[in-house]
Amino acid sequence: MELTATTTIRRPATEVYAFWRDLENLPTFMAHLQEVRATGDRTSRWVADAPFGKDIAWDAEILEERPGEKISWRSAADADVPNAGTVRFTPAPDGISTEVHIALVYDIPGGTIGKAVAKYFGEEPHQQLDDDLRRLKQVMETGEVVRSDGAPWGKRAREEFPQRPAQPLSDAELAKGAGR
Amino acid sequence: MRANTWAGRNKVEVRDVPDPRILNKRDAVVRITSTAICGSDLHLVDGYVPTMQDGDVMGHEFMGEVVEVGPDVAAERLRVGDRVVVPFPIACGACNACAAELYSCCENTNPNAGIAEKMFGHPVAGIFGYSHLTGGFAGGQAQYARVPFADVGPLKIESDLADEQVLFLSDILPTGYMGAEMCDIQPSDVVAVWGAGPVGQFAMDSARVLGAAKVIAIDKEPYRLEMAERAGHIPVNFEEVDVRSRLLELTGGRGPDKCIDAVGLEATHGSAHIATYDRVKQAVRAESDRPHVLRQAIMSCRSGGVVSVIGVYGGLLDKFPAGAWMNRSLTLRTGQCHVQRYMKPLLGRIEGGELDPTRIITHTLPLEEAERGFELFKNKEDHCEKVVLKP
Repeated sequence: MELTATTTIRRPATEVYAFWRDLENLPTFMAHLQEVRATGDRTSRWVADAPFGKDIAWDAEILEERPGEKISWRSAADADVPNAGTVRFTPAPDGISTEVHIALVYDIPGGTIGKAVAKYFGEEPHQQLDDDLRRLKQVMETGEVVRSDGAPWGKRAREEFPQRPAQPLSDAELAKGAGR
Repeated sequence: MRANTWAGRNKVEVRDVPDPRILNKRDAVVRITSTAICGSDLHLVDGYVPTMQDGDVMGHEFMGEVVEVGPDVAAERLRVGDRVVVPFPIACGACNACAAELYSCCENTNPNAGIAEKMFGHPVAGIFGYSHLTGGFAGGQAQYARVPFADVGPLKIESDLADEQVLFLSDILPTGYMGAEMCDIQPSDVVAVWGAGPVGQFAMDSARVLGAAKVIAIDKEPYRLEMAERAGHIPVNFEEVDVRSRLLELTGGRGPDKCIDAVGLEATHGSAHIATYDRVKQAVRAESDRPHVLRQAIMSCRSGGVVSVIGVYGGLLDKFPAGAWMNRSLTLRTGQCHVQRYMKPLLGRIEGGELDPTRIITHTLPLEEAERGFELFKNKEDHCEKVVLKP
């Protein structure tokens, strides 16, 4: 499965690149990632979230990095769901903003994991990557992921409808949400 | 706290809901001193805006006192104790839309941008109490409200102006003003405004302030037309006269130079046939909006004129007179109001006595009586023009 998405961020390319290159930042805006930990200069350990059915972890390696322009990576050979990605950062015509273009490739296996992955991506896999980039934009431009009463859990607000009503959260809901 | 909530089509209910908290670092919590019912709230209650949910706190026109600020709200921008009017579109102040002062199109404040994008092609800003399509933010017909990006939108009121004089800076005064501003009014202009509701009245006053030679008010409610007439505008009752003929008469056959649609998707029509056509298409979801006013404004406007749309449209409409629009060089301008752009200058005009927003208030009720307020406003009972609620 190949997914592409793009957005424009009103920050310089060097800054957006630097944020992405610190791979440990990825889980702040990518819904499926729980943790990314750098294990070397170009290697890292990725843990994906429970929506996969169970946590799933793999090693990844950066194949190419051009500061301010491009990062490519791919999972190590033994990954359960082999995947690779490229993100490019190009100056927008306004001379201020940066266009972010991302392409991800998943080699979805058969069996239980394959089914879980397919279920996770649902009928509109592109929507999720679009939303990931929207959150990246929120973080880069405003400092954090924006929350509403209907969608209070930031990137964890995956199921868009029905949402909780647009009314303030109770103490119990806040405690439950904070613990997730 | 107590809050007025959406309880299904044609039903609002004041209920107990939790008090709002800070969820983002640039939030504030405001204790509301005055709030109002907007004509666009009626579109929600009448069921024309999708993605409302039972329990949604309504209201996007409110002001009050800051009682809590998030850790990233700079003290020189906003502090506890400040008295503020809150603009209805939530804007981040940092994206390209905000940089272009297109605050109601803010690219960051709608967590449900994906849904809005499906409806509108591109997403729109978050709005308080205005469906999940615009973010699912609790509204301001309540005792308290959480205000995101509190360091960007809220206008501090540092003078002793009464709530009633500044409350409408939250929406309808800037909305009416933007309607007039989009007309690029020249001193010789005759401006016709469809709808003598609150937004229409403010569009008329704004057209006058911006120098129009003559301002015409079109509606069917005698009390609303009288209100416009008392403010110096020329009333036209579409149930009593043929609008097109009357407009030609008032403009020496030219047609109004500038036309403002302050009605939107729930227009009523003098002709039962056309009204039925649109109503039936709406009922079977073949058309979501009744664009009668838009059609009439386009047909009436003089060649080369401007049609400015501030009444709310939500989806699709039918029988759009594209031929008149194209062949007669009309300019169509529109937008949800970019309130943040207008709050300060309009506060200046209120302080200077050029605009008197209080002239449209007919009812002041306790928040507990919100349901009655909606009924009065919707059914135009008791000469209702604008309801202010006191929590």
